[in-house]
Amino acid sequence: MVEALRLQLHLNDPVYTQYFYWLRGIFTGDWGIALFTQRNVLIDVSDFLPATIELILFAAIIDLVIAVPLGLAAGRRANSIVDNGVRVLSYVGIAVPSFVVAILLQLFLGYGTHLFPLIGRISQNVVPPTQITGLYTVDALLTGNLSAFADSVWHLILPAFALALGPIAQEARIMRSSVVENLDKDFTLSEVSHGLPERTITFKYLMKPSLIPTITIYALDISAQIANAFLIETIFIWPGFSKYGLNAMLSKDLNAIVAVVMVAGVMFVIANILVDLVVGYLDPRIRLQRRTEE
Amino acid sequence: MKSSRTLREVYGRYWYKFSKNDLSIVGLACIAGVVLIALLAQWISPYPASAGLYVNFGNAGAAPSASHIFGTDQNGRDILSRVFFGFRYSLMLVAVVLSVTVAPGVVLGLVAGYYVNRWFSAVIMRLADIFVAVPPLLLALSVASVLTPSAINAMLAVSLAWWPWYTRLVYSSASSIRNEDFVRAAELVGASRWHIMFKEILPNNLGSVLTKVTLDCGWVILIGASLSFVGLGAQAPTPDLGTMIAEGSAYLPGQWWISIFPALAIVVVILGFNLLGDGINDMFASGVA
Repeated sequence: MVEALRLQLHLNDPVYTQYFYWLRGIFTGDWGIALFTQRNVLIDVSDFLPATIELILFAAIIDLVIAVPLGLAAGRRANSIVDNGVRVLSYVGIAVPSFVVAILLQLFLGYGTHLFPLIGRISQNVVPPTQITGLYTVDALLTGNLSAFADSVWHLILPAFALALGPIAQEARIMRSSVVENLDKDFTLSEVSHGLPERTITFKYLMKPSLIPTITIYALDISAQIANAFLIETIFIWPGFSKYGLNAMLSKDLNAIVAVVMVAGVMFVIANILVDLVVGYLDPRIRLQRRTEE
Repeated sequence: MKSSRTLREVYGRYWYKFSKNDLSIVGLACIAGVVLIALLAQWISPYPASAGLYVNFGNAGAAPSASHIFGTDQNGRDILSRVFFGFRYSLMLVAVVLSVTVAPGVVLGLVAGYYVNRWFSAVIMRLADIFVAVPPLLLALSVASVLTPSAINAMLAVSLAWWPWYTRLVYSSASSIRNEDFVRAAELVGASRWHIMFKEILPNNLGSVLTKVTLDCGWVILIGASLSFVGLGAQAPTPDLGTMIAEGSAYLPGQWWISIFPALAIVVVILGFNLLGDGINDMFASGVA
């Protein structure tokens, strides 16, 4: 019996042969069996991944919508109330661990005031939308199920915000410093001396160059959130990839752990490639350089 | 090198730049206080026995009062004392992780940066890239999960995730500094490779490395706390801030003090290291004038 299993799992082969068996499995869809769900890891991952992607996307949206205007306002008026607020926020965002933020949000906004649900992706009395992408909000919109859409957004707010607070602090700080830097540049001086309205300068000419360093860090931060999601999903009992990964880690399920680390790594790398493309688009110097090389 | 300037003046200059910002002083004070508390935990904590396997169910979950300023936990242990001992564990994690990662990371970066066209440079940097391709917390989590959960293995797991960042930091500046005239000059007069790497190139990186070390202290504590929060770090009854938050969160919101005070303690340490790191950064910015 044991010998049969050893043969079946190729345990008698040398390590490098085992590695090639694993590699072949990865490309042919055989990711091994997760011991604690008794299913193919690939099926598990594709079941749980959408919930995490939805969570991280929401955190990404919250991050961008809050951090960029904050940084812009703080940089435009250095040492104003907004600027000092951003400074305090940035230290809070760095120093308060995301799991503490999550617990506090859950305690005050979920338990204390009942403004938001404590756990889960969707209320028990709401039927989840028909699965198309696996992202409840997108599926609900596609099927025109507005009550499910509202309910899942309502469930997303707290965990997404807990995930986004750290990055918001970081991005607001970087946006601020790059706005301050660009205010000193000659191009801003010439715009001011041409008498362009302040609004045009700020939103048309100042925002774009200042976004370049911000976007770079933004994408790294967001893709790194897949790790922080491990804690947030546990606290909010979010049925996602990270909670699955954590369960795998706590029960030492190697097939699942390997797959989780690999998928997270691939997502991280893809995010980095996307950053390079977006930065190339935003920065005319990089774009034009490429064109002259062609 | 202006030899007329005494060492004392140089340090005074550094201190002036550092102390210009009040927040840097606050950071220094926080960290000095925490280090002192951690060192003296044995003597200054009101109930040193609470740090270990101690139960007093008669006094379990007592609210903050004069005798227990931070209250007691579910086993009747004094939370203030456990926080004091928790600092000790957090600082030990930082000390171990950074002392095993910074030196090898920096040396690898120096070698890879100086011999940028040789094959082993590519090997070192691609190896670093592999480690960097996975978010540090996730890498630490997965390494810790494969090992038996314990304080030592948590340190090992965090260390594995840490060294490539130093390698990359030093590599990027070393590979550009090697083309500077002073390095060329040293090569021309026949200085040894070790001399060039450690006496010519390394001193130019010390500022950025030291800044990163201080800022990283906060990150290491954060990752260590995250590991123990999910149960993959130090095991009970070790007084660890992350574990204390996790255990206490089961008693929220009624007995809020069990998890909130350790959480505040973590915030103070991380904030302190970040303020200190910013101060050190200012200190090295644009050199010593």
